[in-house]
Amino acid sequence: MLEKTYDAVVIGGGAAGMAAALAVREGGHSVAIVDREAYLGGILMQCIHNGFGIHEFGEDLTGPEFAERFISRVLGAGIDVYLDTTVMDITGDEASHVVTACGKDHGVLRLGCRAVVLAMGCRERNRGNVAIAGTRPAGVFTAGLAQRLMNLEGYLPGRRVVVIGSGDIGLIMARRLTLVGAHVIAVVEILPYPSGLARNISQCLKDFSIPLYLSHVVSKITGMDRVDGVEVTPLLEGNPDYTKSFRLDCDTVLLSVGLIPENELSRKAGVSLNDDTGGPRIDANLMSASPGIFACGNVLHVHDLVDYAAEEARRCGEAVGRFLSGVSAKQFPLMAGANVRSVVPNFYAPDRENVLYIRSFIVKNDAILSLQIGGSEIKKRKLAHIQPSEMIRLRLQPSDFPALSDGQDNLMEVAIR
Amino acid sequence: MTEFVCIACPIGCMLTVEMKGEGEVSVTGNRCPKGAVYGREEMISPTRVVTAVVRTDSRAFPYIPVRTDKPLPRALITEFIGDLTQLLVRLPAKRGRVLIEDYRGSGVNVMLTRTLPPEGVSRGNS
Repeated sequence: MLEKTYDAVVIGGGAAGMAAALAVREGGHSVAIVDREAYLGGILMQCIHNGFGIHEFGEDLTGPEFAERFISRVLGAGIDVYLDTTVMDITGDEASHVVTACGKDHGVLRLGCRAVVLAMGCRERNRGNVAIAGTRPAGVFTAGLAQRLMNLEGYLPGRRVVVIGSGDIGLIMARRLTLVGAHVIAVVEILPYPSGLARNISQCLKDFSIPLYLSHVVSKITGMDRVDGVEVTPLLEGNPDYTKSFRLDCDTVLLSVGLIPENELSRKAGVSLNDDTGGPRIDANLMSASPGIFACGNVLHVHDLVDYAAEEARRCGEAVGRFLSGVSAKQFPLMAGANVRSVVPNFYAPDRENVLYIRSFIVKNDAILSLQIGGSEIKKRKLAHIQPSEMIRLRLQPSDFPALSDGQDNLMEVAIR
Repeated sequence: MTEFVCIACPIGCMLTVEMKGEGEVSVTGNRCPKGAVYGREEMISPTRVVTAVVRTDSRAFPYIPVRTDKPLPRALITEFIGDLTQLLVRLPAKRGRVLIEDYRGSGVNVMLTRTLPPEGVSRGNS
């Protein structure tokens, strides 16, 4: 057994984990990253397409290129990296934590630390999560699994493919499959609008004339040993109209139906979660309600862009540094108001810069994002177009806040109208 | 007049592109200069950055990701993907290495986007 002590331990070596660890290290504190894969980079390593890094680096990079920029910095920064190592438990109290992990190089590891950063990313929703009727044949994959098979392991998951859900990974995979000679028969989306970015609808579906069925569901998967087709049903005022169902023959079904923050470890450690996002409830320093346990990236809430996950993680790492140095600032609660599905974080610090990540409940053109404290509007911003699948990011400076007295609760509400 | 969703960045501006004759093209709806370039090129000769994987000689890492360094004319993409299946990359190989120079006279180079085997692999550097 290996026992070591660090100022901070980061769980997960993807974009968020690496960005957080670098910020902690740059603040002069010791830090280790633990990751269950054999290499750093996380899910970026299977995202071989371009479109990453516009905000972070001002360049159009592929996933591995984006990751390797962080990997080189991590390896040169004096950060200990434990790979092929799975964290099993986070224990301890507010003063000190122990991260217990297991890996092939060291056996059992016990890493003592004052701060833990959760950066485990997210999981894909699967067939069970969306409850599709029918048989249970081979050939049903989540889109990310298919991506791993194709891009890392070199297997083609199938030849005639129906994609369920129009999330970005599903769209990217529709293009990838088409380019290597598979036939993508259709993308079927339950909502009346696409879930993925507009540019992915354009360059992944329109470029290859792949039909997109909006307001349709796959109501049944058929086939004995292998998928042989799906039944597709249009929605009429939100309900399936089975009189108009039709069949599409296929040998493979890909599911791109959303992501869920991966909080098995957090839950076990007693970290309080936010039902709106599926991630930990956090304060203005990205610290959970369990003192010393922080969260960032997709484990906190699912981002659209890795650039924003990395930015959030860097802010988290800086906040860990302040926590380790004993610096604090006053903060007040923040909540989602009308037409807002979620807002992260759950507190704001009026004396510091705050970055809010907001998801809308509604689709609207020319919407107004409004921030109110005690019923009076402190800031508003016009938004040309909003939809639930596109995260809204808002930066707030100390100058945006009125003078707030400590005695009040100063609850800030984020609303859309 | 044609409408395109700009793919230059994740915002996805709706571009309206019009041929004005004499090779002149007007682009509106873009929020940045990249959109004007994309709209013009999409109208005259559409191109795409293409990414794919190429076989390696390694059992642990059987495929290595590659990209075109510039957008490739769309008409060449299918052929390009076919050509990549004929290649084999010997490891170790470094990100940024040019695998194909000036692909079929297009002026587009193909380069590796990942270093394999990965740096700092499988051992705590403690």
